[in-house]
Amino acid sequence: MESKFKQALNSGKFVVTCEIGPPKGTNIEKMLHHIDLLKYRVDALNVTDHQSSVMRFPSLGGCLAVKERGGEPILQMTCRDRNRLALQADLMFAYSRGITNVLCLTGDAVVVGDHKEAKGVFDLDSVQLLRAVRQMEAGKDLAGNKLDGAVSFCAGAVVCPEAKPLEPQLIKFEKKVEAGAEFFQTQGVYDLESFAKFMEHARQFPVKILAGIILLTSVGMAKYMNANIPGIFVPQHLIDELASAGKGRALEKGIEIAGRMIATLKKEKLCDGVHIMAIGKEEVVLDILAAAGI
Amino acid sequence: MKSITKQKPFEEIKQKLHGLNRVYILGCGTCATMTRTGGIEEVKAMKERLEGLEKTVTGWTVVPTACDEMTAVAMKENERPIRNAACILVMACALGIHRVGLYTNKPVIPALDTLFIGVEEKPGYFREVCAQCGQCVLGETAGICPLTACNKGLLNGPCGGTNEGKCEVDKEKDCAWTLIYQRLKLQGRLDLMRQYHPPKNHQVALRPKTIKLG
Repeated sequence: MESKFKQALNSGKFVVTCEIGPPKGTNIEKMLHHIDLLKYRVDALNVTDHQSSVMRFPSLGGCLAVKERGGEPILQMTCRDRNRLALQADLMFAYSRGITNVLCLTGDAVVVGDHKEAKGVFDLDSVQLLRAVRQMEAGKDLAGNKLDGAVSFCAGAVVCPEAKPLEPQLIKFEKKVEAGAEFFQTQGVYDLESFAKFMEHARQFPVKILAGIILLTSVGMAKYMNANIPGIFVPQHLIDELASAGKGRALEKGIEIAGRMIATLKKEKLCDGVHIMAIGKEEVVLDILAAAGI
Repeated sequence: MKSITKQKPFEEIKQKLHGLNRVYILGCGTCATMTRTGGIEEVKAMKERLEGLEKTVTGWTVVPTACDEMTAVAMKENERPIRNAACILVMACALGIHRVGLYTNKPVIPALDTLFIGVEEKPGYFREVCAQCGQCVLGETAGICPLTACNKGLLNGPCGGTNEGKCEVDKEKDCAWTLIYQRLKLQGRLDLMRQYHPPKNHQVALRPKTIKLG
């Protein structure tokens, strides 16, 4: 059976997903609150997998919580911490518990996180993980052995539409499409003109594209991302707009900007939906949706 | 090929020599001399520092190439001062340390950390270019090894952590896949980058790696 998320992708509607960041620790109250707040308001909830290589409550656990509470989870799965045996095992477990959307990622480098001395695994890469999903769906594991019970996923991947240089990312994008990616959630985009150019290219392929929307919370945050986060370029006019909001009002302005971008993407039919990343501020996602008129 | 080493912090060497007061020092005339970690000058300096700790250095030598079998001859020639020592402090790479260990029953203490097998790109600047994985992909990657030069060892292209040709782990470090892309583009062979590389077969070089010629 197709997942609810896949049905939404294929329905032609403007799809909205957003991100849930699990806690560092076993106190999951806040995460559950965010899930309950958003589960009926978006088409699916991604649960991050040790985002930025910072050890946290697992994506699988967060996805189970989403599922149990009636939401539609997207399992974020990076190749950083598990070899091919562990990745396959987790895919089988997820599927057996009704988690049937997976986002296949390479994962950040270990040294950018909080366990800098750990060993990065990267036994597979994102393209190989996508192919592993498809092979398991065909009833075989990566060693070619028959599975007693296959899996079935709506599998997706990520792409950086504003990366410099862009062509190597586009080559990888195409490899992901060939590997069986059905949808893409992009890195945060701010320059809609350059995003439109990317979409012209992406439209050649039979995949759904959800534009990444990262909530801007302050001038400092925008500048920090420009200096430190690969593939993110917040244009000066947006930074000026945030600054113009005055003290204590930057978040409000950030919500307005995100809402405006989403509304434009939807109105101009630039892509198939959006993926909202309100890193640490999940409770304002509803405000962003309201600002977008969704 | 050069085995690139770095001297351990002196505190660590001191700790490892705890209770071992008579020390014989063995350096290496090849890689460790070139990296200035185990040549004559460094061995002499180590001798002085150990004597400063009230240790007795029973003797020292710098063998031509610590990892080869001639080390047995050099150790035989220095049998007496070695016999008088409680341990041998080796200022060579791990290959040399291993070799010395074959010829003595005394504790063999490393003074250096072995970092990688590398090439000297410009004077004093060394780079790891091969991870000795047993399955060479250089033919498809324009001579740049992604398993070695990419922090994540990715086989199918760059991750999203690259920016302006640099790597997410270090803004000074080149992104291996951007370099591969540029070189393949220059050669008109970008189709190679479009090819799918299956997961690496780790069975081709199972540890410990051994081979018998002929």
